Amino acid sequence: MTRLIDVENLTLQFDTDEGRITAVDNVSFSLDAGEVMGLVGESGSGKSVTAKSLMKLNPRNAVYGPDTKITLHLDDGPVDVMSLQNDREMKVVRGGAISLIFQEPMASFAPAISIGDQMVEQLLIHTNFSKAQAKELSIEMLDRVGISDPSTRFTQYAFELSGGMRQRAMIAMALSTKPKLLIADEPTTALDVTIQAQVIDLMKDLVSEFGMGIIFITHDLGVIAQTADKVAVMYLGRLVEQGSVRDVIRKRAHPYTRGLLAALPRLEDMDAPLTPIPGDIPSPLERPSGCVYHTRCQEVVGARCATQVPEFMTVSDDHAAACHIYDGKGGDA
Amino acid sequence: MSDKPLISAQNLSVHYPLRGGSLLGPAPVVRAVENVSLEIAAGSSFGLVGESGSGKTTLGRAMLRAAPITNGDVLFEDGEVSYALKNLGKQDLKDYRKRAQLIFQDPYAALSPRMTVRDIIAEPLEVMGLTKSRAETDARVREIAAKCRLNVEHLRRFPHAFSGGQRQRISIARALVSGPKFIVADESVAALDVSIQADVLNLLKAIQQDMGLTFLFISHDLSVVAHVCDHVAVMYLGRLVETAPTRQLFAAPRHPYTKALLSAIPSLDPDDRGRAQKLEGEIPSPTNPPPGCKFQTRCPVAIDRCRVEEPKLERAGPQLNVACHRWHALSV
Repeated sequence: MTRLIDVENLTLQFDTDEGRITAVDNVSFSLDAGEVMGLVGESGSGKSVTAKSLMKLNPRNAVYGPDTKITLHLDDGPVDVMSLQNDREMKVVRGGAISLIFQEPMASFAPAISIGDQMVEQLLIHTNFSKAQAKELSIEMLDRVGISDPSTRFTQYAFELSGGMRQRAMIAMALSTKPKLLIADEPTTALDVTIQAQVIDLMKDLVSEFGMGIIFITHDLGVIAQTADKVAVMYLGRLVEQGSVRDVIRKRAHPYTRGLLAALPRLEDMDAPLTPIPGDIPSPLERPSGCVYHTRCQEVVGARCATQVPEFMTVSDDHAAACHIYDGKGGDA
Repeated sequence: MSDKPLISAQNLSVHYPLRGGSLLGPAPVVRAVENVSLEIAAGSSFGLVGESGSGKTTLGRAMLRAAPITNGDVLFEDGEVSYALKNLGKQDLKDYRKRAQLIFQDPYAALSPRMTVRDIIAEPLEVMGLTKSRAETDARVREIAAKCRLNVEHLRRFPHAFSGGQRQRISIARALVSGPKFIVADESVAALDVSIQADVLNLLKAIQQDMGLTFLFISHDLSVVAHVCDHVAVMYLGRLVETAPTRQLFAAPRHPYTKALLSAIPSLDPDDRGRAQKLEGEIPSPTNPPPGCKFQTRCPVAIDRCRVEEPKLERAGPQLNVACHRWHALSV
């Protein structure tokens, strides 16, 4: 498989009135073409910010760490995303090589412009198509994502479409520029389960057809199990576990991943008590020292959990966790 | 838990008028809830599931008399009082408000940012005039806050200082402070993170046992309902399509919609992909429902009869009801 993107030591902080907040802390991962990576975490874990920084879509008060390196491997050679300065240079990445699907399809379409005009507009910006070609392709894409009567839908407005239909239109729009990488930020969270199943199916078909890479952001581990090839688990801006979907869900090396899976209500065993992770997610203003998870961790091995940031340790082939359990020093209690 | 219902809906309908329509003839209406009958046993948790637009929130509100009852009635009987909600007098309605309460979905929108947690929890007591002195109010607030694991220090702060899970505990404390018997929990954990959700669900269960509460638990998340509820009703386009004890519903769903809903839950097993029985299309608009069975437009097993005749909710076993022309033919 060909490498699509390398992210190394991504660190991102925000300057706010209350001080500098660390949103993403030294995150590294890579993705191949045709691969689906699930990025899992609870609210405030930094998963959306991580994905958006791949196209430098961050507010003005964002400060990237000096070691941050994001390399996108395109047909014409590698692109160093961090070196892109203005909007014109960013065009290669934004809407070009990378497309983004948001969670709330109602908020992502302009309400007073028809779906079709919005689809054509972005094609005119990002491709050399004429208006007629852009319209033809847009209608073809609407048809491709399973929207019936696409030429009528093309002229309609967002409010005239149902939630599932809007999310399909959003996907059609994101894919019409033929991106190399699709970032899907909670694309099914606002949808009902039966519609969610339809959209997941559609996205799987599209990966095999277009061969692009997908970063699938969600808090729903069930959705991850159904879609992803590999998984990265985030907590408070840090990656805590990375591996194939089978390894992460079955072997769950990091205590946080274990806690997350144990907290899920399971249909197979309705009498099993639910085991919450104790405590609340700390505020980003009060990031714990050492391992960010140690304040809620049930498997603290010693004092170093509170003082020393754990390195990523290989648990088995292609499966790694950032936890002191695996540093070979044992408990120091 | 006893078998005697605390609250029951009897052929309950909630219709909302639509704008437009001509001067002559009947005004067009949206049938948000149509001819629903159900009983909730005292001390039990009753789950109500369905997709958005199925009418589950409206049904929950009607059982609190927070939505207008068009036809049918809701009967409430807690051993002290017995009310028929449709034509309840002003005084009785006031009394009913203290016996039946609602926990909202979004803990960020439900709490006033300008009130301290103490004032938020105390407000129902003051509005309903349930306590006579400030000291009595404070004592009651502290007692209920402790049950919801909020300490005295928390009571002095404002909601913005709290996380989602803590805020939801504040909402729960406010709903419980008037000493209700019946609680409608409308998507009460939907906005919470997984690790917090389990904590709030456990709290609700503990409080239910402690205070002998009866819950109507509205949720789109079937696995949550499976863990919390004794009995489940499935709604589609304003109608009940199946009601059954939780285990039975999940082990052997009868209605094709229930089957599809259950199979659409994403499995946690990465090797168990694509097993979901795919449901085509989406829930029709309630302003323009299809004739016959409301589910026939998406049903994989619909026959001609389904397109003209609406099935009634009929008995399919002890405590088990299904509204489908074909459930019997399909289950043998």
